[in-house]
Amino acid sequence: MVIDSLKKPSRTVFSPFSNFVARFGREQTAEISTPQPVPCQDESRQMNQQNAIEVVGVSKHFGTFRALKSISFEIRNNEFFTMLGPSGCGKTTLLRMLAGFENPNEGTILLKGRNLVDVPPHKRRVNTVFQSYALFPHMTLEQNVAFGLENLGWDKSRIRNRVGEMLERVHMSDFARRKPAQLSGGQRQRVALARALAPEPEVLLLDEPLSALDLKLRQAMRNELRNLQRDTGITFVFVTHDQEEALDMSDRIAVLGDGEVQQLGSPTQIYEEPVNRFVADFVGETNFVEIEVLESRDGWATIRTPFGQVMTVPTPGQVQPGMATLSVRPEKINLGNQAQGNTFNATVIGKNYMGGYTHYILEANGIEFRASRRNASREGDTIPVNSTVSVDFVQAAVRVLAS
Amino acid sequence: MSDIAHHDPVLPSVAAEPSRGGIWRNLAVWGLLPSWLLMGFALLVPIIIIAAVSFATRGAYGGFDWGFNLAGYRQILFNEGWTGELEFTPQYMVIILRTLLLAGTTTLLCLLMAVPVAYYIANQPRHLKTILVYLVTLPFWISMILRIYAWMIILGRHGPMPRLLELFGAPGGLSFMYNDGATLAAMVYTYMPLMVLPVFASIEKLDGTLIEAAHDLYGNRWITLRRVILPLTAPGIAAGAILVFVPALGAVLEPTLMGGGKQMMMGSLIQLQFGGGRNWPFGAAIAMTLLIFVTIVLILIARRAAMREVTT
Repeated sequence: MVIDSLKKPSRTVFSPFSNFVARFGREQTAEISTPQPVPCQDESRQMNQQNAIEVVGVSKHFGTFRALKSISFEIRNNEFFTMLGPSGCGKTTLLRMLAGFENPNEGTILLKGRNLVDVPPHKRRVNTVFQSYALFPHMTLEQNVAFGLENLGWDKSRIRNRVGEMLERVHMSDFARRKPAQLSGGQRQRVALARALAPEPEVLLLDEPLSALDLKLRQAMRNELRNLQRDTGITFVFVTHDQEEALDMSDRIAVLGDGEVQQLGSPTQIYEEPVNRFVADFVGETNFVEIEVLESRDGWATIRTPFGQVMTVPTPGQVQPGMATLSVRPEKINLGNQAQGNTFNATVIGKNYMGGYTHYILEANGIEFRASRRNASREGDTIPVNSTVSVDFVQAAVRVLAS
Repeated sequence: MSDIAHHDPVLPSVAAEPSRGGIWRNLAVWGLLPSWLLMGFALLVPIIIIAAVSFATRGAYGGFDWGFNLAGYRQILFNEGWTGELEFTPQYMVIILRTLLLAGTTTLLCLLMAVPVAYYIANQPRHLKTILVYLVTLPFWISMILRIYAWMIILGRHGPMPRLLELFGAPGGLSFMYNDGATLAAMVYTYMPLMVLPVFASIEKLDGTLIEAAHDLYGNRWITLRRVILPLTAPGIAAGAILVFVPALGAVLEPTLMGGGKQMMMGSLIQLQFGGGRNWPFGAAIAMTLLIFVTIVLILIARRAAMREVTT
């Protein structure tokens, strides 16, 4: 029944959670929301009130491997924060530190302004949704959800109400007396969410919770997670290696690579304004073109491309005149009759028809690059292989990368 | 023999599917034949012989004569006077209860000591784990009698243990030998590995993220142990308890050597009947009683395990 509602999202409400919002949403947010910051002279305390988590100069090494190299950033209250990066970038280590399963070698982590280092996991108001869900196999769903509440010493009737409420919220009420082994992957995922949210944590940690689900279910769960975060107002810290997931759900993304925060910003900033080659390469698809910077003023640079164009493009900070790398996303390249002004000619050496758009592999001056064109009409996919097309880059949408 | 194999519950899927019968069923039956033969001759036949002897008549000069007689079983509860009148005697019941108490205490102490040991080993890095498991089984490589004698020397008068305590001000000439404590110590020492190994196996199989999840959900160490680790390792603990309790019921060496033979145990009692007592039917009857008792306990445990399986 639950699976059905996932497969066929109803026309008016997209998520099965949303009817919960109508019923419980308001009281819920009232119960959980943190008190408004009292006007306060002390500036640092006011900062703390806005940040759910502050990571200050955190380092971690395993033997000679440096998993995290003095990382610092803040996670704001009530935001959907994503740590994105390839495997081995340190994102899971960081999450485990927030949960209390690891301790940093250097640096501190603050939760709502209080130092978390050396506080054991069971004394942190932080709950985790594990990648494998980690539901207790010998307990029913009810008992699983009640576990945290019992340990917090809630009284029986309050626990019963909260468990019922949480199971209803994730549409698992009919399964309350079942054991995890009798559930599908998606159902287990919901119970894991209910269990972690039931104790009203200050921060919810999610360790690649969608990676074990199939594609359809994963996409539906993205919306559910997003709605759940908005309804509860709890700060979500989400870890993933899937850039699409990160762009889709997050308020802000920290791109982690090589044990460092490569870039922190909104999904649009991360995608449209990558600060370096790592971010541009890891998030989305892009062409790297070696260019010459002729002149650079604050935020803008005049460059010459190997195709002979001279143009003025945005840059992150100051760029020194000389050789540099330009990031050009495939969809930021105009082809054929769409190309205007600062154009050059390229040869189509291959193409991939993808349905909604067509990917062209082009070559000019011995340099290969990829461009994509939306197939707005049936005749969209018209440029033949081996033909010559005129090409231009969308000037405001390319980026000179810091070297 | 193959008739038994057909009714074996291990082969239900083969027996239940006539379409898959033929060659495969025959192969399964004939392939298992050596095991059945071994089980039959090494296990079933001796039990049948003992059962038969327990109903036989005691021979005048030891041994037994065939001829149905319940005297062996009667003797467990009643003394027969000169004139044939029966008089209730608790002496053998006392021995049986004492044996149960010793085996039970041994099992409990082994459990209390084995769970932390197994937990510790399971949490070590892989290469260290292998070495530690090997160390646990190390005592089995030396004859048990030798190991018991070693304990007699260690705990006995002027042995290393009393000497060590003398350094801390204990009076000289102490001996810890020839009492129930010494018996129990040797029993726990002997059977401990049999508890550690299955408990270790079940703890190692336990998913570590479940323990993390318990901590994450505000469970301290004690709550995590009681509500997550113990229930999930219960099958291993049950297996260990059976492996310790059953042989502990029949222990002979420890009570005789360590306890000085002051307290008669079931194992010694049975041995005595086949030896100096020259009362084979009585010895066989006690052995059968023990066997039936153990079988009932095992069936009850298996039933409970099966019930749990159904509900999970």
